[in-house]
Amino acid sequence: MNARIESEPGPVKNRTTVERKSDREVVVTRTINGPARIVFEAFTKAELLKRWWVPKSMGMTLLSCEVDARVGGKYRLVFDHGGPEPAAFFGTYVEVKPYSRLAWTNEEGGEGGPVTTVTFEEKGGKTLVVLHESYPSKEALDAAGTGAADAMVETFDQLDELLVALGESSGQ
Amino acid sequence: MVQYMTTRLDTSFAALSDATRRGVLEQLGRADASITDLAEKFHMTLTGMKKHVGVLEQAGLVTTKKIGRVRKCQLGPRRLEEETAWLERYRRRWDERFDALDKVVEELTRKEKSDERKNRK
Repeated sequence: MNARIESEPGPVKNRTTVERKSDREVVVTRTINGPARIVFEAFTKAELLKRWWVPKSMGMTLLSCEVDARVGGKYRLVFDHGGPEPAAFFGTYVEVKPYSRLAWTNEEGGEGGPVTTVTFEEKGGKTLVVLHESYPSKEALDAAGTGAADAMVETFDQLDELLVALGESSGQ
Repeated sequence: MVQYMTTRLDTSFAALSDATRRGVLEQLGRADASITDLAEKFHMTLTGMKKHVGVLEQAGLVTTKKIGRVRKCQLGPRRLEEETAWLERYRRRWDERFDALDKVVEELTRKEKSDERKNRK
């Protein structure tokens, strides 16, 4: 259970690696070109977080973003994913150590959602970000794909494909 | 193609709709086993277990190989493919996200440096 996938090393772009550590855990690593202090701020300030958390390529629009990055503080992100209702993702910060460590719960799925832990390690003006997602069960992780929001979009995409395929076949 | 897809989905869902068969998959996830082993484990007749394994085999979730007089079962090839596809999908999402983060951080870092220069003047 140590399958590992890495992106092609580019001239400028840093590599993102994903490793499934166990049945219930995934670890994502990436070096970001900037000091830990700024990377940490980009994770913990709403006006910055909303500029990168949902890139256009994800096919979703962020409708609102509230972040209170203190231990016990809450976050809430609302997305328009093209479905009839917007989707809300929310949780509580359980660890906040400025510039080095951050952890939050993911509560939109009810109890037993994953816990996300991020560590920031600065080296030579760059920051190694290690993001650790820990799910309560293997099934929850398998179902998650990339966090509920993304999994949902993917589900809709797949449904679209299926409907198109079915439409074509019935037209013949 | 659609028919193939639908059939494949149907066989997978049918294969997974049964608690014993899900148990067999779990068991094979831990270690390969013979049909006799599985029948004993799930308190079933050999014939009954053969049927279950047959359904799983048809769905591509399990493969079997006859070694001497024993039929060995192991998880099928689909599992690995899906695992790899799953990881790549996960990686791509985070890669996109971190590319966007990189841009934000680079911009802020540049801005800070130019502010510092201004302040020094």
